[in-house]
Amino acid sequence: MAQEEQSTRSIYTDLDDASTDEEINKWERTFRLWRETLKEHWGMLTDELSVKLSMLTVAGFMIIAIFAPFIATHQPLQRQFQGDAGIIQDKWAEPSLLGGDTEYLLGTTAEGFDIFSQLVYGTRAALLVGLIAAFFTAGIGTLVGLVAGYYGGKVDDALMRIVDFLYGMPLLPTVIVLVAVLGPDLWNIILALIILQWRSTARVIRSQSLSLRERPFVKAAEVAGAGDWHIISRHLAPNVLPMTFLYGSFGIAWAILAEAGISFIGLGDPNTVSWGTMLQASRAYSALSFGAWWWFVPPGICIGLLVISGFLIGRGYEEITNPKIQ
Amino acid sequence: MSGNEVLLEVDDLKKHFKVNQGWIASLVESFGRGEPDYVHAVDGVSFELREGETLGLAGESGCGKTTTGMSLVKLHDPTAGDIVYDDTRLSEASDAEIKQFRQNAQMIFQDPFESLNPRMTVYDTVAEPLRIHDIRNETARVQRALEFAELLPAEHYFDQYPHELSGGQRQRVAIARALVLDPDFIVADEPVSMLDVSLRAGVLSLLDRMTDEFGLSVVYISHDLSLLRHMCDRLAIMYMGKIVEKGPTDQIIENPQHPYTQALINAVPVPDPAVGRERVELQGEVGDVIDIPTGCRFKNRCSEYIGDVCDQVVPPLEAKTDFEQDVACHLYDSAEGYDPYQEMTGSPSAAETGDEPESTPADD
Repeated sequence: MAQEEQSTRSIYTDLDDASTDEEINKWERTFRLWRETLKEHWGMLTDELSVKLSMLTVAGFMIIAIFAPFIATHQPLQRQFQGDAGIIQDKWAEPSLLGGDTEYLLGTTAEGFDIFSQLVYGTRAALLVGLIAAFFTAGIGTLVGLVAGYYGGKVDDALMRIVDFLYGMPLLPTVIVLVAVLGPDLWNIILALIILQWRSTARVIRSQSLSLRERPFVKAAEVAGAGDWHIISRHLAPNVLPMTFLYGSFGIAWAILAEAGISFIGLGDPNTVSWGTMLQASRAYSALSFGAWWWFVPPGICIGLLVISGFLIGRGYEEITNPKIQ
Repeated sequence: MSGNEVLLEVDDLKKHFKVNQGWIASLVESFGRGEPDYVHAVDGVSFELREGETLGLAGESGCGKTTTGMSLVKLHDPTAGDIVYDDTRLSEASDAEIKQFRQNAQMIFQDPFESLNPRMTVYDTVAEPLRIHDIRNETARVQRALEFAELLPAEHYFDQYPHELSGGQRQRVAIARALVLDPDFIVADEPVSMLDVSLRAGVLSLLDRMTDEFGLSVVYISHDLSLLRHMCDRLAIMYMGKIVEKGPTDQIIENPQHPYTQALINAVPVPDPAVGRERVELQGEVGDVIDIPTGCRFKNRCSEYIGDVCDQVVPPLEAKTDFEQDVACHLYDSAEGYDPYQEMTGSPSAAETGDEPESTPADD
């Protein structure tokens, strides 16, 4: 076949001989295109005030989480003692903001822990759970969705039956059972959340890739001889990526809420301070009836702020991926 | 267009699609009556494509012309029959031979808004086939292909995304992508039907240049007979998955023989009010492609229906005595002495030549 090809006329004939033609620097070019796309998306995203504020909030929490040891005034799980004698625990100290003990910015708990320090370290747990769970739920969901949607048939059936099975399990009760079995550890909570949350991403990405697979540009790649993996990675994945990001940002908020819920029930990690465990402890010591509102209000506000920010960013990104809802 | 060597031979190609009914229904069926339903999209099509030749596939929507085109570039695996490319039967070809075939068979799609990946730049789109086949001189080749497609200056288009281009420019990018591998033949599926009329001429002349300068063979798929007449050396008219008439373009356009071809050509408007022409209007709808009728597939709509022979015997596509093109119709005498009346189930002798024409279009 090769000989025949050469005998026919071709506008490329001279190019086959001359091999020293300058090629475009691929890496530089790819990098530049990525930067342009990101810049464009960033511009659209930060166009809206609510999204901008949400991003500032998340960024603020991130800084707090990273520099927690420098910001916190005390060890979060170290009991505070009154005076130098070291005998009596410093319980229920009022916040220094309200004219209480100058040592404790937000007061202390019934157990004698510094609330401000707990709040600062709790940010770490919240962001850890949120980011890791969201990363893996979006990642696994996208991969499963792409494979199921592209291959279809039996592969699709098998994967989607697994998703259906997971859909049959209610989130919180299942996570409670899993954590009860695996042990109350922050990583087990994250694992349980990942196992249950990739289902919705997988479904949406599958439906997207089902329709993408039939588009002529995928057919064109097939005609050119592209393999399955090439089509999935070059043609399907870039087109579902905005959806992945969207589900990722919603996933952050969901995971933080779920972790707070689990901790509040009492299945949280006893060795880690999270906002959920703070709420749980304040309930256990009936802070509400003692009027010690400074114990449970700050973690509640933090959970609310972070979750709302996550949703608002997701919402803002949704407008990019789906211009119809603008 | 002097090359006479056969490049591609399509041999009784069939493509049937199973009617999708969900897994419970198919499970029930596997215990029950057994045979699932099939859509007979392409049902026994044979033709050959010579080097440097342009062949037109015409017919109305749903006649199987696009499925035929997709089978030609191996987007579908045929249900039966085969395609022979360069002495290789594609059904038996090795992986290396398939790869070679992929490099030489390209397709241009109907909708330029759908045929380019919205997240790939023009450069990446055109360079993709080169990367798949590991061909050197990527940049120079891409540039040459874009320049050929009259996207000038080529560098200006490298980093543009499809949404920044007009329909005509997109179709030119699609053509550049098809040409960048230097293929032997291209299937063009309605290449200009989605474009504005003002842009069509430009793209058509580009396609024309493509066949001339590359020595390409092209299969044009279209329902637009005037376009096919302009572009093609030979024509094949399809109806319900079969070719009903095949031959040189001028012969078919000026002297159509099959009743369906006549109706199609009559439907093309003539921009001259003085031209009086016998109107042959088609009655009824295209038949059922799942439950194929016996005999001739066109019998229900045919104005020349001649009775039982049309009902019972499938007319083969064959050379006829009186004209150049091949026609699949019982109206004309076979050049090779084939007698359809011998195959009839009833009394073969009773139905001799000249059955009284039952002009009423039977509606069964």
